[in-house]
Amino acid sequence: MSNATLPAPQDFYVRQEPHEGEHHHETGTMLGFWIYLMSDCLIFGTLFATYAVLGRNFAAGPSPADLFELDMILVSTFMLLFSSITYGFSVIRMDKGDLKGTMIWLVVTGLFGLAFLGLEIKEFTHLWHLGATPMASAFLSSFYTLVGTHGLHVTAGCIWLVVLLAQLKIHGLTHENKRRMMCLSMFWHFLDLIWIGVFSFVYLAGVLV
Amino acid sequence: MAAADYSRWDPLFGKLSWDIFPFHEPVVLVTFIGVVVGGLAVLGTLTYFRLWGYLWKEWFTSIDHKKIGIMYMVLALIMLVRGFADALLMRVQQAWTASGGDGYLVPHHYDQIFTAHGMIMIFFVAMPFVTGLMNFVMPLQIGARDVAFPFLNNFSFWMTVSGAVLVMISLFVGEFSTAGWLAYPPLSGIQFSPSVGVDYYIWALQIAGIGTTLSGINLVVTIVKMRAPGMTYMKMPVFCWTALCTNILIVATFPILTATLVLLSLDRYLGMHFFTNELGGNPMMYVNLIWIWGHPEVYILILPIFGVFSEIVSTFSGKRLFGYTSMVYATAVITILSYIVWLHHFFTMGAGANVNSFFGITTMVISIPTGAKMFNWLFTIYKGRIKFEVPMYWTLGFMLTFVIGGMTGVMLAVPPADYVLHNSLFLIAHFHNVIIGGVVFGVFAAMTYWFPKAFGFRLAPFWGKVSFWCWLIGFYLAFMPLYVLGLMGVTRRLSQFEGTAYSIYFVVALIGALFVAAGIAAFLIQIVVSVRNREALRDTTGDPWNGRTLEWSTSSPPPYYNFAFTPRVHDIDSWWQMKQAGYERPFDRFEPIHMPRYTSTGIILAGIITVLGFALIWHIWWLAAVTFVVAIAYAIDHTFNYDRDYYVQPDEVAGIEAERTKLLAAEAASK
Amino acid sequence: MRIPKSALLLAAAPLLSGCNLVVMNPSGDVASQQAQLIIYSTILMLIVVLPVMALTIIFAIKYRSSNEKAEYKPDWNHSTSLEIVIWTVPMAIIMCLAGLTWVATHRLEPYAPLQRISGDKMIEEDHEPLVVQVVAMDWKWLFIYPEQGVAAVNELAAPVDRPIKFEITSSTVMNSFFVPALAGQIYAMAGMQTELNAVINEEGVYDGFSANYSGAGFSHMRFKFHGVDEAGFEDWVEKARENEQPLDRTAFLKLDEPSIANPVAYYSSVDPELWNAVINLCVDSNDLCQNDMMMVDALGGGGLEGIHLRDVFAGICSAGNPSGMLSRIRENRVTARADESEGPLSLSGIDIAGILKRPGDTPDLADGNVNLNTDK
Repeated sequence: MSNATLPAPQDFYVRQEPHEGEHHHETGTMLGFWIYLMSDCLIFGTLFATYAVLGRNFAAGPSPADLFELDMILVSTFMLLFSSITYGFSVIRMDKGDLKGTMIWLVVTGLFGLAFLGLEIKEFTHLWHLGATPMASAFLSSFYTLVGTHGLHVTAGCIWLVVLLAQLKIHGLTHENKRRMMCLSMFWHFLDLIWIGVFSFVYLAGVLV
Repeated sequence: MAAADYSRWDPLFGKLSWDIFPFHEPVVLVTFIGVVVGGLAVLGTLTYFRLWGYLWKEWFTSIDHKKIGIMYMVLALIMLVRGFADALLMRVQQAWTASGGDGYLVPHHYDQIFTAHGMIMIFFVAMPFVTGLMNFVMPLQIGARDVAFPFLNNFSFWMTVSGAVLVMISLFVGEFSTAGWLAYPPLSGIQFSPSVGVDYYIWALQIAGIGTTLSGINLVVTIVKMRAPGMTYMKMPVFCWTALCTNILIVATFPILTATLVLLSLDRYLGMHFFTNELGGNPMMYVNLIWIWGHPEVYILILPIFGVFSEIVSTFSGKRLFGYTSMVYATAVITILSYIVWLHHFFTMGAGANVNSFFGITTMVISIPTGAKMFNWLFTIYKGRIKFEVPMYWTLGFMLTFVIGGMTGVMLAVPPADYVLHNSLFLIAHFHNVIIGGVVFGVFAAMTYWFPKAFGFRLAPFWGKVSFWCWLIGFYLAFMPLYVLGLMGVTRRLSQFEGTAYSIYFVVALIGALFVAAGIAAFLIQIVVSVRNREALRDTTGDPWNGRTLEWSTSSPPPYYNFAFTPRVHDIDSWWQMKQAGYERPFDRFEPIHMPRYTSTGIILAGIITVLGFALIWHIWWLAAVTFVVAIAYAIDHTFNYDRDYYVQPDEVAGIEAERTKLLAAEAASK
Repeated sequence: MRIPKSALLLAAAPLLSGCNLVVMNPSGDVASQQAQLIIYSTILMLIVVLPVMALTIIFAIKYRSSNEKAEYKPDWNHSTSLEIVIWTVPMAIIMCLAGLTWVATHRLEPYAPLQRISGDKMIEEDHEPLVVQVVAMDWKWLFIYPEQGVAAVNELAAPVDRPIKFEITSSTVMNSFFVPALAGQIYAMAGMQTELNAVINEEGVYDGFSANYSGAGFSHMRFKFHGVDEAGFEDWVEKARENEQPLDRTAFLKLDEPSIANPVAYYSSVDPELWNAVINLCVDSNDLCQNDMMMVDALGGGGLEGIHLRDVFAGICSAGNPSGMLSRIRENRVTARADESEGPLSLSGIDIAGILKRPGDTPDLADGNVNLNTDK
């Protein structure tokens, strides 16, 4: 570092800010939300690990084969998969600037989400009535917690979706709303991915192995 | 001693009843009266000087990263006093009982004290110190105007406060956990800890932990996205590198803590069987999970401190940091390695020789990059011009003390050696050696170093030196005896002893603790003295130490927008290079600056969540339900506020900058 | 590998003469080797630590700003050769230490039978270790000697130079079994067994305690370990036998009640099934043993009825054909359910006495036709 190579004194600041505002903020939020999702992923990772360790501790009680009805689970899985697809349609409409189309597909997505939740609640109450409560064994504790945490996330997603619909209604397809659309989109697809893990790791492996 | 009855439950008040207030324990009662009187005095003063409005408008609702950083430091200092009071109580009890007395604390009370001490010192002292430093310094160092998500930053801070408030409430309403700072089940399970203590622990940590995770996300995005033009990763100040690695660690480990605590609370609240002895539960799972979070946590605390020392060593040696690249790689390597060492906290669980030696060796490997860092600081001093300001005292104290802690750490990493040292006072001495010798010394160095940047005047060096010597002597007096006691086979967390063979060591340790108390007092005196002499200590240049990084290029304290023009970076130590190149501040043609608005949402939301936590601890279900719904509704309501930012007009910027120009001119004229 | 005693003393001397550094100067061979390991690793690390500390002080003094004579190179910040040194020297030391760790960890694996009695005495081929079963309780220690058929609370004795195998469990929270003079510690955890192999080489009375915090009575969870000669050990066992108090399930459950600073007590005989029941958490015979439960789980679980009828699986672990037994129980239940969709389940028709026999005492289940009510 000799003096000859030093930059000129006025090269040390930016005179004209290259409108850092909008675009900059956008990518920052997306990155932040992505990191949040990764940290959420770790919560699920911990719950999956717990299930892996405790999932065969039936305490002389029921095992997955005694409890799970795969056909119902398959239906709810498709509910969630469809909801991801319809969310995709909604984003396509958004990119086209079609507010109404965006909102209609969002409503459809929400309905699929609610259907999924309804089926999950049905499954849980059914199991509960059989006596297979989360207090019955470590397997059931970890099962309810893993699946239930996913269910809570879907519930949160549904609430968010309603809020977003209201915001779209009020403000239309603004920058902020588009950003929120994309964040919820990431969230929704993320939950879908987690569910694929739950489905194969908990339900399929539980019944088939 | 029989504790209060926590099995009763009332639909309106949950488990709350009159007998849960610890009026029968004189020690607690005296503390309670002390806190009430002190608290009333503070509240009275604030009211008398009509400061509430000012605090609310300028601080509590502020989303300025500098103010939030300072508030974190204030929180940490307050909690340091609390956590240290706990330490002193323990030292007195042990010195007393080891000398043949009966002590003054019953086990039930003593157990709460060491649990609270550990938990407070890590979560509500060390963490806020480190987070506060990163919050204040890092955006300035990368030439940013704020963090990526300013509102979130304010909310994270208040969540941390919320956790601290819950811990403080546990002093007087009910009791705290007696299960140790990591709450190992089955001891922390409902069967063995039926009182509300562990619930206080869980919810305080859970709430503060969420704040920490959000803050971690925030700071990672800030570093990745908001660096000044030209500042590539390899031109970032080392402190920013360590902040980046620390926040990555936070994001990658705190969710595990959250999940683990959720599982523990499900065991406790709903009777599930994750960590119970019965029905398939597995307590060893918890021990693994908590340390998968817990070990990286240690590095979350120490990495930014390594960054602090890197900045200080290079500034006060008047020399560029030796081996910047290897410093960066060492930091990254430590970050990664910190993930694969957790099992060294329980070699004695019987995992087998292969597993134990693997984790022992990975632990030792961490000492390689740490050693490299040590050498880098050493060779930064080498052929430098060392100015012995107070931060440099702390740094040298750190370098001499930390290596001892590192050495005993490696001893503990050898599994068969750990079999005899584990859980002993040797272990206690080791981690206090690295946490006090590392984190605490670093924080004091950092506070002295950046204080003029934050407030516009330096800290009076005399009291700083007094504080340093008290801490240094106090540390050695307090913990060297513990190393010896560990080798004498004395285990941790004992409140009673057989015989008086250990007396002298515990008495020396108590004297050491008193020195540390003097050190803390000296630091507080230093602040008071400096505030009173602030005109004499005033820093008008903004660069009191002949600094090297960007935070010194702006005024002290910096304007709320930090930089009138975003800096452009060409090299490491950019402010140094700017000074070399004869940089001149721009005086005109200011542009509008995009800034976020202050909001009270963060503090109100965290307040609601505190009540929620309290309701959950005491099983007041209706209140929990109400506050939960209100918190969600309030958060949703906040998302409907689209008016969150504004532009600072060029006139205003010009006014503030002209003010500074005048100051600098006056300074130059007086020389 | 044995380092001279003088070196040991030399290392300990500055730490204060007169005090009893039991960890550094123990009386058991395992603990001695562990102490040596501490010394070796310390010496290895001092190779780096001492120069760093010395250089810190020397540089700090030499390059102080008031010393104008010292060289000042503000831009010197890199040196490849120095970088190589500062990375490779710690690396080399850690490699030595890693090798030492690998070897020592395997040699001193607490579960492995001992290889030697002491530095100069190898183990005899046909030597059987003395087995001591250790139970950590709230807040005391129970030691069971299955070979001698005696037990003691808060007192442990063993003959010198005879290998001891501790089988360790807990009836409560996690504790850690530690006699510093004898060997390193190992956790005591409920529902499972950990092991520690050790030997005491010198006669004496040593301190033992729990090294893992376990609640209110933790400070007093201490015992004395008596290292005695063969004759002394015989005497000790005799003393225990004289007490004429048997340790059966009832006595164990009484002892298991939380108590602090429990006095030393002896039991003249021990129910041979007791240890198994303790590690399987079924001393109280209303509980299903962990091993039975794990057997059922390994075979695919006990079905929905298992939630209410866990007891039915008692003894499955020791049955000749566990899976056959399980399927018979489950089949029978299914048919029972089909036969009487309402009302209590019945297991009539299968050999209850044969398959439900639990080691120990379950007379109510063993006398033939039992009705297993779902709401039990």
